[in-house]
Amino acid sequence: MRGEPAGDIPVQHSGNMAETGLDGAGKTGGGSATPMLEVRDIVKTFGPLTANDHVSLAIGEGEIHALLGENGAGKSTLVKMLYGSLQPDSGDIVWRGEKVSITSPSQARRIGIGMVFQHFSLFESLSVADNILLSLEPDLAKGNIAEKARQLSEDYGLPLNPHSIIGDLSVGERQRVEIVRCLLQNPDLIILDEPTSVLTPQEADNLFVTLERLKSEGKSILYISHRLEEVKRLCDRATILRHGKVVGECDPRQETAASLASLMVGSSVDEIRKEAADTSGKEALLTLNGIDLPASSPFAVALSGITLDVRAGEVIGVAGVAGNGQSEFFRVVSGEETLRDANAILIRGQPAANLGINQRRRMGAAFVPEERLGHGAVPEMPLTGNLLLSRHSSDRAAFVGLGPIGLVRTDIIRDASARVSEEMDVRKSGADPDAGSLSGGNLQKFIMGRELDRQPSVIVVNQPTWGVDAGAAARIRQALIDLARSGSAVLVISQDLDEIFEISDSIVVMHDGYMSARVPISEATYEKIGLLMGGANPGHEMPEMPDTAHHGGVA
Amino acid sequence: MLENILLTIATAATPLLLAAIGELVVERSGVLNLGVEGIMIMGAVTGFAVSLSTGNPWLGLIAATIAGALFSQLFAFLVITIATNQVATGLSLTLLGIGLSGMIGESFVGQPGVKLPTLDIPILSDLPVVGKLLFAQDPLFYLSIVLVFAVMWFLFRTRTGLTLRSIGDNHTSAHALGISVHKYRYFAVMFGGACGGMAGAHLTLVYTSQWIENMSAGRGWIALALVVFASWRPLRVLLGAYLFGAITIVQLHIQATNLRDLESLPAPLYWLAEIVKSIPSQFLSSLPYLATILVLVIISSNRRLTLINTPASLGRPFVPDR
Repeated sequence: MRGEPAGDIPVQHSGNMAETGLDGAGKTGGGSATPMLEVRDIVKTFGPLTANDHVSLAIGEGEIHALLGENGAGKSTLVKMLYGSLQPDSGDIVWRGEKVSITSPSQARRIGIGMVFQHFSLFESLSVADNILLSLEPDLAKGNIAEKARQLSEDYGLPLNPHSIIGDLSVGERQRVEIVRCLLQNPDLIILDEPTSVLTPQEADNLFVTLERLKSEGKSILYISHRLEEVKRLCDRATILRHGKVVGECDPRQETAASLASLMVGSSVDEIRKEAADTSGKEALLTLNGIDLPASSPFAVALSGITLDVRAGEVIGVAGVAGNGQSEFFRVVSGEETLRDANAILIRGQPAANLGINQRRRMGAAFVPEERLGHGAVPEMPLTGNLLLSRHSSDRAAFVGLGPIGLVRTDIIRDASARVSEEMDVRKSGADPDAGSLSGGNLQKFIMGRELDRQPSVIVVNQPTWGVDAGAAARIRQALIDLARSGSAVLVISQDLDEIFEISDSIVVMHDGYMSARVPISEATYEKIGLLMGGANPGHEMPEMPDTAHHGGVA
Repeated sequence: MLENILLTIATAATPLLLAAIGELVVERSGVLNLGVEGIMIMGAVTGFAVSLSTGNPWLGLIAATIAGALFSQLFAFLVITIATNQVATGLSLTLLGIGLSGMIGESFVGQPGVKLPTLDIPILSDLPVVGKLLFAQDPLFYLSIVLVFAVMWFLFRTRTGLTLRSIGDNHTSAHALGISVHKYRYFAVMFGGACGGMAGAHLTLVYTSQWIENMSAGRGWIALALVVFASWRPLRVLLGAYLFGAITIVQLHIQATNLRDLESLPAPLYWLAEIVKSIPSQFLSSLPYLATILVLVIISSNRRLTLINTPASLGRPFVPDR
């Protein structure tokens, strides 16, 4: 596989070419003299925003290098420039000691840079082999791709059937396709963008084994993540970005998660305060009595017999790999989808499953959906408008005037909006900007605050801190815990296991439309929850899973 | 008589097939061009005008093809470069085409045009029964059949075809791989436009030899329905075009035929004719659309069929981030 001449490369160097072509056999650990990739003083601006401000970093041969930073720190911009999707305004990219300009992804692949995307860039209707073929340069795309892919995937312990259709594969399997596709290009540097954000802990472990092996073969890896534990465990060096600038470089093994986090955020992140919940004798404010929901579309997951009590004062976290019925679950609980049997959902003891969202809100419930833009908020509407949209019914008496016309009381709504922004520290330009102009974290804080402002007795939140920076996430999590401790029932659906462990009093896991029995936080371990996420059935009431083999371990 | 019916079926099916196979490529790239009707009628009027003024129907055919391709580039510019709404833009293109062609063709109404000659393939055209049917047809008939197989080969056997399908499946992923989504779509729309132009030329150079305002008479819409009916598969487009063509022709014949003339037919055929004759013709003309709805229902009830057959990014404008 290795040692294929890289072909005619439109790069300003030619002297080193022979060496580049033969690198695989000779160099394994001795390449400390020249780094494989060096970035010098890269600047990239988008209008008034400086996404990368004189960024420099160096990645040695056989090194796993972490790129750490919050959302909007400039990680993606930097990576896009390395992969040729964007061009830097100034600064140099140096590849094996030679200045290069990478003008397109296909050129990046030709010089030996491969990329595994965060949001998979796969084609669902095509087979694994076709997907791989599409990403290969024409000169590599000869012969039996399916066979090559099968061999390589077995070689690395990532078994794949090249003839399966992507749409039929699990998320973990899709990532394997991405990795195999990248490896077939025989890259020297592999960029992985948030690779574990969609995996179960077990799948992530398998990924780490593969990465260690690639490292031992002399390949370099640029590992982008904001999961500090992972970075500490896997990476040799870390470069930390904040607001487009490099703010530190370190050996993550010598650091603590807290020290890395404070470098990322720029100030120390508030520790979440959580006293143990005392729910003995407290009433259940939200009761789910065996919710069944057939799959509404070919892509939906059917819900089967979901039963749960959420009592006053507690936070229950719903863990699970994306696409195991969490969206359907949220739709049913929030009332976007109603059920015929009114008793399937009780809000403060009252049957509610046949009622719509606003009726449930009037019973004291509040809901925060997953997508901020388009679902949680209308991007083109100002914050006050968005506030009115979700609360016009529950707060009708306050927000809407008397009379048949129902005039909107703008001043009161403006006050409420200001109160929410103040309470949740929403940073915005102007008094009442459009929701779409806020950054993800600030908009999420506003949407959460808009519901918390009502002091709801039941709140159901889907992915409360998805794509939100650490500071805002800590604030949102603390707000949820505080709400529970003041006597409300809080149900949080999240794919972020760290978050689930941080805020929950009990954890339930969704897999394939089933919900596990609750695991008290005192008994929960990552391993236990991870197994449940993968569909294992440790003697609970979860029915037999038809497709446990699907997620089976790959040692 | 049967042979005559079959011959006219081929004539009715060919423009549908041409327009549909072009639109199939467009939709496989993820673009929904509802302007097929407008492109066809522009092709029809251009073909007529050029063949009338030069006396050469071949020049007319070439001009119609170019006109279709150019006219479709207006659509391409709007939906691809400016990323306008594809449905609204396609509808406007149809309205524009109908209006524009009526204006251009005003002086041609009632004038006798020139027909494309039939191409008899030596020896084969003398075969009994199938000879006349398959090997003594107009040039566009052969071209339409060849195009079906060429498109099939292109889409499913070449890397470029695979790339085109991948864009229709997920343009964002294609862009991330460094594929030029815009370039592929421009060419796909242009191919679709050229096919639509040829389909239009068929109406004025083969089907009839005159120009009548609005003479495409909904064939563009049938072609669009046909692509869905065929679940974006070339061979099924061929099948569907002949099925829809047959329905049109049978319906015309039945209206024109007196049942008494058919008494000589064997009893089962006569009964069939009787039954068909009792069906209102409006119902028969709506059959293509009903059949399309039926196919949609069947496809969408099965996740795998939907996944594999439907271009997932169909109709969604693509704007690369920054």
